[in-house]
Amino acid sequence: MTVTTNQTGITNRLLDLIPAASQPQTRKDFTSDQEVRWCPGCGDYAILATVQGFLPELGIARENIAFISGIGCSSRFPYYLKTYGMHSIHGRAPAIATGLAVSRPDLSVWVVTGDGDALSIGGNHLLHALRRNVNIKILMFNNRIYGLTKGQYSPTSEVGKVTKSTPYGSLDRPYNPISLVLGAEATFVARSIDSERAHLTSVLRAAATHPGSAFVEIFQNCNIFNDGAFDALKNRSSKDDATLRLAHGEPLVFGAERDKGIRRAPDGKLEVCAATDEGVLVHDAHAAEPGLAFELSRLTGDSAGVTPIGVFRDVDLPTYDEQLNEQIADARARQGEGDLIQLLGSGDTWTVS
Amino acid sequence: MSGQVRDRQIHRLDRVVIRFAGDSGDGMQLTGEQFTSETAAFGNDLSTLPDFPAEIRAPAGTPAGVSGFQLHFSDHDILTPGDAPNMLVAMNPAALKSNLKDLPAGADLVVNTDAFTSANLKKAGYSSDPLTDGTLDGYRVHRVPLSSMTIDAVNALESSTGTVNKKEAERAKNMFALGLMSWLYQRPTNGVVAFLEKKFAKRPEIAAANIAALRAGYNYGETTEAFAVVYEVAPARMKPGRYRRVSGNLALSYGLIAAAELTGLPLFLGSYPITPASDILHELSRHKRFGIRTFQAEDEIAGVGAALGASFGGSLGVTTTSGPGLALKTETIGLAVTLELPLVVVDIQRGGPSTGLPTKTEQADLSMAVHGRNGEAPLPVIAPRSPADCFDAAIEAARLATKYRTPVILLSDGYLANGSEPWLLPDRADLPDLPVTFATGPNHTGDNGPEFWPYLRDNETLTRPWAVPGTPGLEHRIGGLEKADGSGGISYDPANHDRMVRLRQAKIDGIARDIPALEVDDPSGQARVLVLGWGSTYGPIAAACRRVRAQGLQVAHAHLRHLFPFPENTGDVVRAYDRILVPEMNLGQLRAMIRAEFLVDAIGYNQVRGLPFKAAELAGVLEDVIKQ
Repeated sequence: MTVTTNQTGITNRLLDLIPAASQPQTRKDFTSDQEVRWCPGCGDYAILATVQGFLPELGIARENIAFISGIGCSSRFPYYLKTYGMHSIHGRAPAIATGLAVSRPDLSVWVVTGDGDALSIGGNHLLHALRRNVNIKILMFNNRIYGLTKGQYSPTSEVGKVTKSTPYGSLDRPYNPISLVLGAEATFVARSIDSERAHLTSVLRAAATHPGSAFVEIFQNCNIFNDGAFDALKNRSSKDDATLRLAHGEPLVFGAERDKGIRRAPDGKLEVCAATDEGVLVHDAHAAEPGLAFELSRLTGDSAGVTPIGVFRDVDLPTYDEQLNEQIADARARQGEGDLIQLLGSGDTWTVS
Repeated sequence: MSGQVRDRQIHRLDRVVIRFAGDSGDGMQLTGEQFTSETAAFGNDLSTLPDFPAEIRAPAGTPAGVSGFQLHFSDHDILTPGDAPNMLVAMNPAALKSNLKDLPAGADLVVNTDAFTSANLKKAGYSSDPLTDGTLDGYRVHRVPLSSMTIDAVNALESSTGTVNKKEAERAKNMFALGLMSWLYQRPTNGVVAFLEKKFAKRPEIAAANIAALRAGYNYGETTEAFAVVYEVAPARMKPGRYRRVSGNLALSYGLIAAAELTGLPLFLGSYPITPASDILHELSRHKRFGIRTFQAEDEIAGVGAALGASFGGSLGVTTTSGPGLALKTETIGLAVTLELPLVVVDIQRGGPSTGLPTKTEQADLSMAVHGRNGEAPLPVIAPRSPADCFDAAIEAARLATKYRTPVILLSDGYLANGSEPWLLPDRADLPDLPVTFATGPNHTGDNGPEFWPYLRDNETLTRPWAVPGTPGLEHRIGGLEKADGSGGISYDPANHDRMVRLRQAKIDGIARDIPALEVDDPSGQARVLVLGWGSTYGPIAAACRRVRAQGLQVAHAHLRHLFPFPENTGDVVRAYDRILVPEMNLGQLRAMIRAEFLVDAIGYNQVRGLPFKAAELAGVLEDVIKQ
């Protein structure tokens, strides 16, 4: 296999197993001839453009990239990329991608899913793919609503959501996806916003650089059924005060004037303080224990007036794929290649003449 | 311990059915397995039937916890594990209680008298002692204090390897029973000794105790007057060649490994543990040197999903399960139908519905395999007929899956999975080559030049090209939405959907031309009654036909390996007879298909008792139908 030497320095020991592109690629190389059929104004357009713009950076052969999706608006994504792709069934994309990634270490495998697909019908597969640290990159578009089935509440909808299926308001408390996947032992956890092209690109870059499973929550506006769900994080006037941009090794400081910070209150909880106060915490995405990442995930607009975006956690641990393929290589090194006829005749045999 | 038979009459028998029965913790499966190994080494033909509870340790001493192992061995070829035992070894009252009903009058019965305490009698539900109350009149009862003699034998060891406690000594009583049976039926025991030494290599004192018990049992038979006769069953005349004993699940595992080699594809198994299929996962996970990737998934759905993902990537994707698991995999199998990717789905059927009878056999899932998906979702369904046949059936499943780019459901069952028989080992030359060709370049010229159309079909087989990721220029997207004929783009066009539904059906229907014709076994050519079976009922049906023919009656037997599509001549076969009898371990799933497909008045004989048919019982049914 050819060793990658990509243009931008995105590399890790698993990416090195993937053949390099023979010539520099552009966004156009990743744009399929399919007409894009999301609703006009959907946040998915911006994400698609960002991904198409980012993929050339990987520097790997286009034919060695596969996008697997489930069901839902977001899951149409693979049709619009000129890579290998599978639009599968509801919730199962992480399982299908696991089989593909584990059996083909020479592929870069991506999963595109939504809040209903990943957290509701497919919750189990998401947790286990992350727990195993299979080398797949999961992009979860979170619009906090069911779009394709026309507007029912989702597992990330706020309590009391009035929808067609909950005319008196939804009763169940939502998941916090970042908290959930940190509890599932995810090794890479990040969040970005559909309209933040540069930030989303940097998060995709970090996800690609991470060897192993990556979970990226992307806040995505559904302008038909849940318009404005993330307005506070997106409006020019409020966004800088409403988002905390996480950067490893940097102080947790935010605000239009960079005047606010995060510190630990005397009761042990994280709280917003002045950037100049004593004790402003420094972000550590590489911490072995996910404690700080989990605490940061609990900060929301409701709970703290600020929502962190960026990389919460990024730790390098052995991947399932590597270890399984190592077991095979070890067995072959110790015992030699399998011999079928010898295997069939193993155990107690007898001869009739 | 050579076969010196002092002052004993030797009875030569052509076949024997022996059953070991005891508590789940008594080691009856191991005892039966070892007796079977001795018997295979001796050269008899044989067939086995383990029968054990779903609970790992059901309450000790109760009928619920009884575990049994039946072995049929002979000097000629046999087809079943036997209807009724000639010899029952009952390790405790519960084992006696739950097995005595199967024992014909005059049969031999060995009972462990030490276990017939008042507490154990009560647990078994006996109000009086069957050893003394006349219950056992009419049997040849051999009362043997197995436990105490085992303890004595172990205590007599002058062991240099350490000693075992009384409980451990008593646990070796199954080896005493095995030794006694080995003497009675003149089996060699050196293989058992080697087995015990290996199994307990880290606890040599346990190995020594078990070997002492084995020898004590053998010597007890030889030196006491308890048994007036010994039995001899001469080796069977079998086809020359090298044999080993194989269970259905082991043969199936080997068949999958062989299929990977024959197709040149890496094997990927995605599976979730479920009885009685887990042994395939266990077996395949051992053989990493063959490049096999086994993945124990978080659930049944992920198991089949991962297998399908691996198939997309060019592996031979396989998933293994049993009935409830097949139900869960349904949606993904439907996806595989429309993606037209190879996938082997192995269903080791068990009693249903729902959790049903996890350790008992049933031909439970034929209807689900053939019909159980949303939409028109045809796929090939095949079934092995015997434990060793699971090897060939697995290869056939992989052949159809890879050649026709389709999921294939392979219906084994609990009886085949755990039962065993001798297997004439194949040579490499006996196995088919199953070359697989991946697409390597464009197959269509469009407005902008050469293109790859993932759903452009082969004219003859109607299969689509299999283009795996990593192939330059063939990047394409597939999915569960209906695809345009040829180009594979999303299509909601009514005429296109109608065409695609018919094309998928025609592709699978066309497999009928690529499978062997249904063979009919009708030695006289005069039969007016056809017995039509499928799967694991082959042995009992064939044995029943032999019995009926031995009485001068005529009957024809045909046995389906391919349940969907049927072989091309199936209609001709079933229409050629006055009556068609379809025995099944369900309420008539094949019978319904035969009636629907061929408009013939097939009649059923149906049992769902969790156990295989008995040959004698089927022979009786056959006689009735023939004489009607």
